[in-house]
Amino acid sequence: MSKYRVSGRGRIDTSRPVSFTFDGKRIKGAKGDTVASALLANGIHLMGRSFKYHRPRGAVAAGSEEPNALIGTRRGPGRFEPNTRATVQEIWEGLETNSQNKFPSLKFDVGAVNDAAYMMFSAGFYYKTFMWPRSFWDKVYEPFIRAAAGLGVSPKEEDPDTYASRNAFCDVLVIGSGPAGLAAARAAAVEGLKVVLVDENAEAGGTLLSEPQAVIDGKPAWDWLSSELAALKAAGVKIMTRTTAIAYYHQNLIGLVEKLSDHLEVLPQDTPRERLWRMRAKQVVLAQGALEKPLVFHGNDRPGVMLAGSAQTYLNRYGVLVGTSPAVVTSHDSAWFSAFDLADAGAKVQAIVDTRSEIRQELLDGAKSRGIRVLAGYTATGTEGRLRVKSVRVNPMQSGKVGAPETISCDALLMSGGWTPSLHLFSHTQGKLAWDDDRTTFLPDYTPEDCVIAGAGRGLWGIAAALADGAEKGQQAVEALGRSAIAAVPAVKNDRTGTGVSHKELPTDLSPGKAKAFVDYQNDVTAKDLRLAVREGMKSIEHVKRYTTNGMATDQGKMSNINGLNIASDALGRKQPQVGLTTFRPPYTPTTFGAFAGYHRGGHFEVTRKTRIDSWAAENGAVFEPVSQWRRAWYFPKAGETMDQAVARECAATRSSVGIFDASTLGKIEVVGPDAVEFMNRMYTNPWTKLGVNRCRYGLLLGDDGFIRDDGVIGRMGQDKFHVTTTTGGAARVLNMMEDYLQTEWPDLNVWLTSTTEQWSTIALNGPNAAKLLAPLVEGVELTEEAFPHMSCVECTVAGMPARLFRVSFTGEIGFEVNVPAPMGRQLWETLWKAGEQYGITAYGTETMHVLRAEKGYIIVGQDTDGTVTPDDAGMAWAIGKAKPDFVGKRGLARPDLTAKGRKQLVGLLTEDGSKLEEGAQIVFDPAQPVPMKMVGHVTSSYDTGTTGRPIALALVEGGHDRMGETVHIPMPDRTIAAKITGTVFYDPENAKLKI
Amino acid sequence: MLLIHCPYCGETLPEVEFAYAGEAHIARPENPSAVSDEEWAEYLFMRDNVKGVHYERWRHLHGCGRFFNAARNTITDKFLTTYEAGAPRPALDTLTEGGK
Ligand SMILES: [Zn+2]
Repeated sequence: MSKYRVSGRGRIDTSRPVSFTFDGKRIKGAKGDTVASALLANGIHLMGRSFKYHRPRGAVAAGSEEPNALIGTRRGPGRFEPNTRATVQEIWEGLETNSQNKFPSLKFDVGAVNDAAYMMFSAGFYYKTFMWPRSFWDKVYEPFIRAAAGLGVSPKEEDPDTYASRNAFCDVLVIGSGPAGLAAARAAAVEGLKVVLVDENAEAGGTLLSEPQAVIDGKPAWDWLSSELAALKAAGVKIMTRTTAIAYYHQNLIGLVEKLSDHLEVLPQDTPRERLWRMRAKQVVLAQGALEKPLVFHGNDRPGVMLAGSAQTYLNRYGVLVGTSPAVVTSHDSAWFSAFDLADAGAKVQAIVDTRSEIRQELLDGAKSRGIRVLAGYTATGTEGRLRVKSVRVNPMQSGKVGAPETISCDALLMSGGWTPSLHLFSHTQGKLAWDDDRTTFLPDYTPEDCVIAGAGRGLWGIAAALADGAEKGQQAVEALGRSAIAAVPAVKNDRTGTGVSHKELPTDLSPGKAKAFVDYQNDVTAKDLRLAVREGMKSIEHVKRYTTNGMATDQGKMSNINGLNIASDALGRKQPQVGLTTFRPPYTPTTFGAFAGYHRGGHFEVTRKTRIDSWAAENGAVFEPVSQWRRAWYFPKAGETMDQAVARECAATRSSVGIFDASTLGKIEVVGPDAVEFMNRMYTNPWTKLGVNRCRYGLLLGDDGFIRDDGVIGRMGQDKFHVTTTTGGAARVLNMMEDYLQTEWPDLNVWLTSTTEQWSTIALNGPNAAKLLAPLVEGVELTEEAFPHMSCVECTVAGMPARLFRVSFTGEIGFEVNVPAPMGRQLWETLWKAGEQYGITAYGTETMHVLRAEKGYIIVGQDTDGTVTPDDAGMAWAIGKAKPDFVGKRGLARPDLTAKGRKQLVGLLTEDGSKLEEGAQIVFDPAQPVPMKMVGHVTSSYDTGTTGRPIALALVEGGHDRMGETVHIPMPDRTIAAKITGTVFYDPENAKLKI
Repeated sequence: MLLIHCPYCGETLPEVEFAYAGEAHIARPENPSAVSDEEWAEYLFMRDNVKGVHYERWRHLHGCGRFFNAARNTITDKFLTTYEAGAPRPALDTLTEGGK
């Protein structure tokens, strides 16, 4: 065992050695160690380099607030995580860890030149740099910073782990399992109430784990702790360790992240790595305790300089002496007890340096009995040591003057600037804080949530006070639920209470301009940076924060915010509450993307909707494309065919014989009721009153602003029944819009709306042989021009299945859409396929559908329109029922801007050189004009295969309807393409092909 | 995630069941053709951006499907009340936030 491991101390199991690697070197620790405690037990303080200056750094804390000791952890391929706090990561046999921000090695780092170039990186560096010539940034600064800086390295492989996600409910949620949390949970553990106690640490107990000297109810603290945990379990309290309350959302919804396997040597089967709990609690008790503040002085970041309370934790919880000859510098009583514990464990404490001149006699006696030198009324002005502290420079302070320095040798320096309540989650609730001038800290005040805060989290110090307050707050939570609770308060002996004073940066006899007195370790922000920010005009703490980046690192200023505020407030000459505290935001500690994503990854990222015919398409080699949430067959390539070849073949087959297409994704809404026709008249632009039963019509839907929202063919299946179709992506939106008008504007109409998209499978047959193929299978209607003309619909039987048959065309050929009950879709498809073999039936996908419709100038809403296109712009003024007194969009169409000249209008484009245009390409009238040119429209649809023998395009062009035959220009990166404006119908303008 | 009381279902349910639907108490003019361009633009586009109590519409989309109205404090995100579409705007002084 190394000289830093103290036998008989700590809660680790030294009989179970565990080894891991740090930067490739094998390190021996024990079961229960964290990476940090094991490294410290081996005398290693240097754990990383800082973000900006690459200064050598060691662990300054022992918990999740640690800003310095960030490491990469690896467990085989794919399992690498950067920025893990070494103070939290438990070790296991074979764990690989690496330090960060170093090149080429941790001990010798070339980036440390940044430290020498300190002036260059001072406050506002980024803002000022951006004002220099751009080339300077591109060529000099950015490459240099990118190469040298950054927090850790992103993993590149796919994460092989799974992350679970759960919803949960409880009556009382207690966050933090220190004395206050334990007492609150005990008080709340009333018969019939569901109580959950969570703690981010590997074991429950909080500060009790670091204070074994306390005696509670006559038992040593740790004995009391284990019996109390057993009692809580027996009372039905669910205790969740390694579970961090990352966020407090509205109405007592707490995000909890439970880490399940990062501490295990062997990954359990079928267990997620982490589990995100959405815990809805009726009452919440926040018992998160307090965080110790560093003192701000030159060299307070050297490895070996750490918080006194953390040194006490390393000793009492992990059996580690952070140094054999430590010194202490403090402004609070608590560090004295840390010094005593280290001395009692065998350390030779060099001195206790206290900024206060008056010290409690009890503490002075304790130092004297241990032979520890006391320097009261002293300041610390510097440290020495390249990769680890070897001495501290201290000076007496007399009547405001800093006296002559003295150097004290030490191998660790314990510091304490007092304690600040952990207010992060309270702050998430939009809780108001109150400034406490005596204790120089913010305390929780009012919160709109059903939440109470107990113990050190509201400024109460000592185990006895925390237990009493926790019990009271637990009781209060129970009473808020209408129940009563009796909470016994345990008696405490050997408690450690105390007081202290708060400082801005410590006084110094050295030039303050040269001092590197760190406030935010992780972002390398010094006291000098904060003062510079104030000098340069930053008045509010929010501005100071952004200008200096103080508190903006991954630790969210857990240690730096109050020190930063004290210094900024001093520089501004205003009280702290007038300067303000920055807002804490979720998550409390860095959280993996995996935890947030949960099951929503890969194939489960989003729902994939498939039609009943999708399986046939998959079996027959379809290439798919996503269309909103649907997966649709895009084209059906035969062996060796490219997409263009397949689409050309599908187009030709449909135009010459018959094509079959799965149109099941079309949105479908059943509009039924005595007022159905009136409702349709009000919703759609078209007139519906005179549409006969068994006839259908193209319907155009506008918003009340007059712009096209959706379209589709609508069949009148009965006097009071309409079969409405919508675009594939628009179905839900259209139904929502219809419901909105029906429920809130026209509640007098007796109409029922039902989504029927998934009730029907819809198959489209198009081509000159479509009627011949289908007729023998249809019962109930003759498929002749007379009995069933274009734009007819009927309920009939197709291949023995109940069907709604539509004669419609989205291709310009004779077309039918057969709707059958959804589960019969594939059966109908296969029947039609077999019957169509004699005609060489060809399956086509969405690409061919797009080409065929574009050749006929049929628009696709959302592609040829963009939410600013009117029916007239789209060349569809014919769809407006002008005689109707009102419909949605009618008044909008009369707005001056919608009737003005020069609107962008839909036209056809044929390129002069026969090349294919790019969809989205911008259009100009005069290609010779200077750049930036005036853009007058864009290409909305463009295809180069098809029937017309040349590429065709649709485009929106300013005043396009009056520019037929004119030439426009499409500038591309390599050349400018000229194109002639034409009408939008490129194929069979007489509609001769629609006739049977 | 908010909890929202549907006045039609009579139950308080998670926000994921609901869809926000803009400011409440904006009636479509009875006879749109009779209103001026300015009035129509006002109806179409102008909305309050309230810091405090906001009257707004929600739809119980994945439940009963009904649109209803709510008064919500945009600072605290607390609902003061929810009520059926068509019911009058409740007076502010009768409302308190979640009993607090
Ligand atoms: Zn409802």
